[in-house]
Amino acid sequence: MSHHIVAADRLSFSYPDGTAALRSVSFSIHHGESVAVIGANGAGKSTLLQQLNGYLTPTSGQVRIGDFPVTPKTLHDVRRTVGMVFQNPDDQLFMPTVFDDVAFGPLNLGMPTKDVEQRVTAALDTVCAGHLAAKPPYRLSCGEKKRVAIATVLAMDPAMLVMDEPTSGLDPFSRREVIKLLNEFSHTRIITSHDLDMVAEVCDRVIVMHAGEIRADGAAEDIFADAGLLASCRLEPPFSMQACVVCAKRGGQTS
Amino acid sequence: MATIEGSMLDFRQLDLLAAQDTVIHRLDARAKVLVVLLFIITVVSFGRYELSAMVPFFIFPVVMVVLADLPAGFIVRKVALVIPFAAAIGIFNPLFDQEIRLSIGSFGISGGWLSCASIVVRATLTVTAALMLVAVTGFTAVCGALERLGMPQALVVQLLFMQRYLFVLADDAANASRARELRAFGNRGMGIGPFAAMTGHLLLKSWERAERIHMAMLARGFQGEFYLQRTGAFGLRELLFVAGWLAVFMILRFTNIPLLIGEAVTRLFIAQATIP
Amino acid sequence: MHMADALVSPAVGGTMWAVSAGAVAYSSSRLRAEVDDRRVPLMGVMGAFLFAAQMINFSIPGTGSSGHLGGGILLAILLGPHAALLAITGVLIVQALFFADGGLLALGCNIFNMGVIPAFLVYPLLYKRLAGQDPGGTRLTFAIVVSALVTLQLGPFAVVLETLFSGLSALPFTTFLLMMQPVHLAIGLVEGVVTAAVISFVYLARPELMHVARRTAAAMVFPMRNLLIAFVCAAVLTGGVVSLVASKDPDGLEWAITRVTGTAELTSPDTKLHMLLAAIQEKVAFLPDYAFKKPVASEQSASARAENRGTSLAGIVGVGITLVLLIVAGALLKRGRASL
Repeated sequence: MSHHIVAADRLSFSYPDGTAALRSVSFSIHHGESVAVIGANGAGKSTLLQQLNGYLTPTSGQVRIGDFPVTPKTLHDVRRTVGMVFQNPDDQLFMPTVFDDVAFGPLNLGMPTKDVEQRVTAALDTVCAGHLAAKPPYRLSCGEKKRVAIATVLAMDPAMLVMDEPTSGLDPFSRREVIKLLNEFSHTRIITSHDLDMVAEVCDRVIVMHAGEIRADGAAEDIFADAGLLASCRLEPPFSMQACVVCAKRGGQTS
Repeated sequence: MATIEGSMLDFRQLDLLAAQDTVIHRLDARAKVLVVLLFIITVVSFGRYELSAMVPFFIFPVVMVVLADLPAGFIVRKVALVIPFAAAIGIFNPLFDQEIRLSIGSFGISGGWLSCASIVVRATLTVTAALMLVAVTGFTAVCGALERLGMPQALVVQLLFMQRYLFVLADDAANASRARELRAFGNRGMGIGPFAAMTGHLLLKSWERAERIHMAMLARGFQGEFYLQRTGAFGLRELLFVAGWLAVFMILRFTNIPLLIGEAVTRLFIAQATIP
Repeated sequence: MHMADALVSPAVGGTMWAVSAGAVAYSSSRLRAEVDDRRVPLMGVMGAFLFAAQMINFSIPGTGSSGHLGGGILLAILLGPHAALLAITGVLIVQALFFADGGLLALGCNIFNMGVIPAFLVYPLLYKRLAGQDPGGTRLTFAIVVSALVTLQLGPFAVVLETLFSGLSALPFTTFLLMMQPVHLAIGLVEGVVTAAVISFVYLARPELMHVARRTAAAMVFPMRNLLIAFVCAAVLTGGVVSLVASKDPDGLEWAITRVTGTAELTSPDTKLHMLLAAIQEKVAFLPDYAFKKPVASEQSASARAENRGTSLAGIVGVGITLVLLIVAGALLKRGRASL
């Protein structure tokens, strides 16, 4: 077993209409790391995530997940290793009830019914959603949907979690719950987000993408301290690291 | 647009009713599907001028509404809204069928009015039964029952996916439609051009959503096979439920109970009137 | 255009159920044989799309009225005939169950009129020929408009036939036809124009979508004739069997029973004859020989009309009492449950 769980080697990808979404992207991620991929809209983040579980096939270059290169032959194992949580939970929760949905993955892996039930219960308990099991997905709140979507992936017992915008569209309280949850996991985590404060709390390492290329790859505190780099990639430091706008306003008024 | 949200609300409410826990709700869905189908077939098997013999069939909805604890007012309102459409063609019967079939004193009632009334009663009975089926069973369970009664899995999966995304896409449609109305200013923006662009857009968004769902399915090991859970068993209670209602339907089908009662009562009055 | 249970006879409903179930089963097995599992969510979502799109209105130029999309041809073009049939069937089932829009027994008729006709008849036999291999622009629009027009003439025509064969409507054939066809000519034209506009919007935005359907449609051409023959056979068979069974009861058996149970005590000489006739008819009714049965039945109905004057009052009184009993029973049951 290699000590890298993800390794991308000069990965390039162009869509059928010719748009180059990834240009020679290389990086590697170790077991247990928590990595954020950040970048402006259209920087190539989502395209990169879709390479990681083989939904898109690279135009050139290669991705390795654990011991296997991602190829049509290894897809089954790759998808078992990489648990993918989508940005819009409505896309991910398609079965009649929450229980059925969480059971979908384990059943596809061919597990016996009894084990499936155990796994579903355990996964739902992890995200504090055990009481939602019998509900149909369309009757959940957005926060509940996000948590259940995470459970659908946990039930497959993946080695790593890949999440696209786990906190988008959530109210502050639900967002806090998700952040707490993410910090509890011991899985390798790859997260894309525009919520840089969440990134600062959850991830030690940050990869900055711009126009399909990796602009920077380093410790979160270093990246967020480099205002010039962030601005050149149409980003900003997290709000928690910016000067307080409210205080500044109040100060301006009194003087 | 009020109608989109309104009808989705009704939809949701009917599905919520199915989440109750009563004697009827606990029965296996197959039994309920079978009984409702038997009911509808029995009701529509009456001749075109039959009216009185159909009335006792209301016993089925009445008993079901009570046992399953359904809000009678809600069901009646929904049925009342649908009847005009269900019975629309019957409205023409009095025009074309004027032969007197029934007379009360000097009053003659033509076959047209009789068959028109018959159609309305039929419509009320069948519509009530169909709406009740979902309210006491739930859509997902009805789909499961249909699969176990032999419906192809492809169609079952189709129905489940459809129901799941109806709410999502109806929201999309309602939003787009409201945005259009707010900027339409009268009828100018409501024409075919804007409609086609809006619908085309909705279609593309739906299509892309389907692609993302497929991606999510693949990510969780989907390989073309669907594992649907099969819960519930067809036991003695279900057998009794089906056999009991079948017996009731058959008795009501072949004896005109209101006529019997009516004759007994009228004879009693006539007898009394003639004694002094 | 949705048909309700109230206007369908068991014979017609059963026949159309058999035909539509056959078509749906055939499409399902064809889809299963295809390896492309992208279709699974796609069909479901497109069914939901059609449902949502049907709820959006548009105003029809020059009329002041508004219309909505039907979508049969649209789905056939986008998804291919098999997937389209299942998607439309799904929409119709949901409409029947949740909105009582079209009945459960009439479901077979509705699937046929709005699903089988566009997907299995108009799409392969007309649209494919008019549109050719790689249509675009005017030719595509022309093919779509003509297909929609034909679909919306065949559909209502089927409604007319199914309603008339059911025998519950007293509308004469030509009157009914004149009520339905011209209106649907206009509706079909609008449907065609709207469908063409939506398709060309999609075609401009994502031309590759149109190729998905084209692949499956190619495989559809051959078994069409066999399928049609199978349909006709199934229809004739089930129609024959069901109507044979159904013909036993309305004027034969039932008459005999009400006679025997309802008026047995009346002793005018007139009714003795009745009893005799009823007894004869009870025996004869099981023979499918109408020449035998007809004169007996008509004689009976003449005297029945005289009888009716006596029983109609009883009928009305009885219906009133039955309704009161039902309401009381319901209230008692309800109170009994509440006190539990």
